[in-house]
Amino acid sequence: MKTLNVSISPHIRSSKTTSKVMLDVIIAMSPAMIFGYFYFGWYALLISVLSVSSCVLTEFVYEKLMKLPVTIGDLSAVVTGLVLAMCLYSTAPWWIPVVGGVFAILVVKLIFGGIGQNIMNPALTARCFLLLSFSRIMTTYPTLTDAVSSATPLSLAAQGQPVSYAEMFLGTHSGSIGETSAIAILIGAAYLLIRRVISPRIPLCVIGSTVAFVALFTLMKGETVTLNYLAVHLTGGGLLAGAVFMATDYTTSPVTSWGRIIYGITIGLITAVIRCFGGSFEGISFAIITANLLTPIIEKLTYPKPLGTYGRKAEKK
Amino acid sequence: MKKPIERLYNGIIKENPTFVLMLGMCPTLAVTTSAINGLGMGLSTCAVLIMSNLIISLLRKIIPDRVRMPAYIVIVASLVTVVDLLMQAYVRGLYAALGLYIPLIVVNCIILGRAESYASKNPPLSSLFDGLGMGVGFTLALTAIGLIRELIGKGTVFGINVMPGFYEPVSIMIMAPGAFFVLAALCAVRNAVMQKRNKPLPEKYCNGCCASCMDDSCTIGKREDKEE
Repeated sequence: MKTLNVSISPHIRSSKTTSKVMLDVIIAMSPAMIFGYFYFGWYALLISVLSVSSCVLTEFVYEKLMKLPVTIGDLSAVVTGLVLAMCLYSTAPWWIPVVGGVFAILVVKLIFGGIGQNIMNPALTARCFLLLSFSRIMTTYPTLTDAVSSATPLSLAAQGQPVSYAEMFLGTHSGSIGETSAIAILIGAAYLLIRRVISPRIPLCVIGSTVAFVALFTLMKGETVTLNYLAVHLTGGGLLAGAVFMATDYTTSPVTSWGRIIYGITIGLITAVIRCFGGSFEGISFAIITANLLTPIIEKLTYPKPLGTYGRKAEKK
Repeated sequence: MKKPIERLYNGIIKENPTFVLMLGMCPTLAVTTSAINGLGMGLSTCAVLIMSNLIISLLRKIIPDRVRMPAYIVIVASLVTVVDLLMQAYVRGLYAALGLYIPLIVVNCIILGRAESYASKNPPLSSLFDGLGMGVGFTLALTAIGLIRELIGKGTVFGINVMPGFYEPVSIMIMAPGAFFVLAALCAVRNAVMQKRNKPLPEKYCNGCCASCMDDSCTIGKREDKEE
């Protein structure tokens, strides 16, 4: 008689592994990054190489020193490095991505227990750390020889100047390395959605609520809202890249469906508040890490009731 | 002479008020933007702590148990007023930098904590040394935090520029987050040193963090078919 093997679940395992998901994210980010390298030059490539290698090396050295299993093979450190490079300006000195990478991996990820244990998005937290520490360096926009102005569309819009739609869509304007081209980011988003790496809820809620709240707050301030102004807020800054690649990070975003919607709207609200009332033109990175911290509470509030408990509760009443 | 030394060791290392007892966090986080601020705050707290411990220990048999808290507060508040006025008279710069935190020494948990848990039960001499140990421990901790924050955040040590010219100050370190970073790092270092001294860590442990392995070698939740 054939012996039956009795074991506890899981009985079926998906072929989807961490490294495969991370590889998908890297593929999805590559159009935006490659566009950035062509547009901002070889130095932008150097920044992302430094950022990625600093992240991977930090993780490797820390795990070797602490005698932990080395997890650089899951590619999550590579993704962190790429996301960090994506939201830096190509004017940053060489040590900015290196310091940012070490901070992201060591302080935000490994100290909390490594992959899956961090409470905030490592790359974005590192970006905010760099922004608060070296605000002069981090807000120097790249000057482009072929561009009319070196200001980013968001700063132009803040001065009330119109920005060309084609420029914003293609991304031929000043900004962070991987955040300027709307079309390249949308290609990446489509890839992630088709591969079912991310669900559309978070990006759609973030983008929709940011635009809606920006329109609302601008009206509240008594200014006119033009279509061009909203388009600038949509594609001119880090909103698209943030919504697609950064807000959707598995570890720091809620898993419940309603939780994702609340999380997305929270990000949109904070972004719009910072953009309309704050001192900075950008707000998406601070908004995402704030919402990251709210994730456990959001999940607790939106925890779905198991099938069958509705009836029992009704009986008790 | 064994007791005083034991009290000093207890205050500075074994039960350091900042890194072990986690008391007095408000001044620890708020005023340590530079080494001199940390040192000033530590020394003024230390002075109040020594005197309050001594006086409370001397009065421990006179103060009725039911009104001990108001009595302690009156003693501590009088001492803080003395320190406050002395600092206002002789160290104006430091007094301005520490501001509200000097009067707030009255409600510092370390002082009331030591009064309640040590000075009210022990003779004057060891209470005095307990206050000295705790005060020195607090001063050392605050100065260390201030020193590191000032060095990284401004590139200076006690106001003297020590970093090379190309060094870009990490200004987040002298903002509020920097206080938490340095406090956590120093706590971790202290714990690591003490742990190594007391007992070695087990050779292999998994922390219950399944995200990092989840391979077949894991024994968590695995059924052992050894009964048959």
